[in-house]
Amino acid sequence: MSLDTTPRLADADAAFALLMEAHRGLDPAASRALDARLVLILANHVGDLAVLRQALALARNGLAGEDGPGLSAAR
Amino acid sequence: MPQAPPRYPAAPPPASGTDHRRVVLVGGGLVGLTLALDLARHGVAVTLLDEEDSVATGSRAICFAKRTLEIYARLGLGPRMLEKGVTWQTGRVFHGAREAFHFDLLPEAGHEYPAFVNLQQYHVEEWLVEACQAAGVELRWRHRVAGLAPEAAGVTLAVETPQGPYTLRADWLLACDGARSAIRRALGLPFQGQVFQDRFLIADVVIRGEVGFPAERWFWFDPPFHPGQSVLLHKQPDDLWRIDFQLGWDADPEAEQQPARVAARVRAMLGPDVPFELEWVSLYTFRCRRLDRFVHGRVVFAGDSAHQVSPFGARGGNGGVQDADNLAWKLAAVLNGSAGPGLLDSYEAERIAAAEENILHAMRATDFITPKSDHARAYRDAVLDLAADHAFARALVNSGRLSRPAVLAESPLNSADQGGWAGGAPAGAAAPDAPVLCEGQPDWLLRHLGGDFGLLLFDAPDFPTPPGLRPVHVAAEARPGALWDHSGLAAARFGAMPGGAVLLRPDQHIAARLAMPDPVAVRAALERARGGGGLVP
Ligand SMILES: Cc1cc2nc3c(=O)[nH]c(=O)nc-3n(C[C@H](O)[C@H](O)[C@H](O)COP(=O)(O)OP(=O)(O)OC[C@H]3O[C@@H](n4cnc5c(N)ncnc54)[C@H](O)[C@@H]3O)c2cc1C
Repeated sequence: MSLDTTPRLADADAAFALLMEAHRGLDPAASRALDARLVLILANHVGDLAVLRQALALARNGLAGEDGPGLSAAR
Repeated sequence: MPQAPPRYPAAPPPASGTDHRRVVLVGGGLVGLTLALDLARHGVAVTLLDEEDSVATGSRAICFAKRTLEIYARLGLGPRMLEKGVTWQTGRVFHGAREAFHFDLLPEAGHEYPAFVNLQQYHVEEWLVEACQAAGVELRWRHRVAGLAPEAAGVTLAVETPQGPYTLRADWLLACDGARSAIRRALGLPFQGQVFQDRFLIADVVIRGEVGFPAERWFWFDPPFHPGQSVLLHKQPDDLWRIDFQLGWDADPEAEQQPARVAARVRAMLGPDVPFELEWVSLYTFRCRRLDRFVHGRVVFAGDSAHQVSPFGARGGNGGVQDADNLAWKLAAVLNGSAGPGLLDSYEAERIAAAEENILHAMRATDFITPKSDHARAYRDAVLDLAADHAFARALVNSGRLSRPAVLAESPLNSADQGGWAGGAPAGAAAPDAPVLCEGQPDWLLRHLGGDFGLLLFDAPDFPTPPGLRPVHVAAEARPGALWDHSGLAAARFGAMPGGAVLLRPDQHIAARLAMPDPVAVRAALERARGGGGLVP
């Protein structure tokens, strides 16, 4: 399987709003905790290391910082 | 230690000032003693040098894994370890004040040895010394290797003793001199890897009488009695409990080892009413690193001198004992001419792969236990929060992936499966145990394997084995001359059909599986398992 980046959300605005809503009233630490839990839950739902790796590479793309050694070394 | 440690008599240096031995082993620690004993049982004369005159001091390795126990069983020490050790197989993980989950390390029955026994390293070393003495190992206590010069066909060592120095020539030098190996440094070999920025406090605590903890491994993340850090608890024999407190990098090593300070931490954990005595306190930081190569001409490294891992997972001692198990029969075969020196290349290939696996697991566990950044901690805590209610998150909790036997899947000594095998232990795996009946008596399969090459034959007719290969018959029905696989577990665990054969190495690892063995194929697999270039008689 490979990462599907075609538009898949029938109601994209609603999906974005859901994400925003979930963070409402949380301080930065709690927000970070929520994101971490969400990533773990969705990563398990995806259930495929190859797809996860592609998603991480895509997410990391263009962000400043050192090369992501973990991404390639984890192969 | 509960009783005074044994003291062994220092050996005088040779009168002539020089000496020559075929096999010299430096380091009478856990791994060196195991290797010396195994070599002696293979008929190799070994001279062992150690700079001390006793066994390990204080609390070091405590968790001896099933595979290690099986290796010690082959060397005659298994029952003693089982009798003295604390058997356990359940691990519990706590997060904050509540249990996140627990796991069972050996959920199936039908193995002679349990997943783990806890036992102090000094007890095991003392028994190993006795066994080495009985097996004729020459033990030279208080002989310190101070320098060495490698040569084409050996090594010359400069040895120091309380009664003066001498020169020792060795055809083979086995470097089991631990994490700070002087031999490694004398050869200028890089030993690189990662240091973890954390400090752990070890306390061995004597608690007599009733204790509210069972014989299980308990691991706490962020417990109320030690907030923000982790704690590990293990039961040892002699009413001794081992507690590891994570302290963080900023902890003051001097102050933290003050008995009053340690006692306060222990009291916070046990509660105010539990009387205890501190028996041992030490502080450690840890690293994961290894040598690039384990074999350097006539110098062979094993144990902590070759690789070092963080303790979570109990992979240091257990990994080193598997080095010894792997090396002994190979060096013996090279020395007695039944294999060429190339066989030692397989020691390196197999044990470097195993060390890599141990380092990988140890690093991952350490990263989980000691998050290096805020985001790492956020993910770690998210996993722990989810783990109480969700099985998928439990799989992500890493409080140490406990030592499992290395599967030597890529070994050059393995042959490809011949014919069809219905699962079961593959080539490269250590042979699984199974209950059998031997002449009507309850027995265990592994007791009949190892020491030399064996051909395990499942319901096979008489089979002509070449010299040096011992047939072991297993049968589904009671039959004279065969072990009775009355439960069917032996055949199932090997994935064997009637008529199948499994070639086992002297270290009980599987070298080949032949569904329809014929003498030519068996000989070829045996030849390969001896390193290919051997002079098979
Ligand atoms: C705190 C702690 C907890 C641990 N817990 C576990 C665990 O639960 N399970 C596990 O499997 N492992 C554990 N380990 C790891 C385990 O203790 C080591 O991996 C094991 O002792 C390695 O054995 P070794 O024989 O290679 O080295 P060592 O046991 O260190 O032995 C080296 C020997 O070489 C001798 N020597 C050194 N230099 C010289 C010289 N120049 N000349 C002569 N002799 C010399 C020393 O006197 C010593 O006897 C733990 C380690 C620590 C520190």
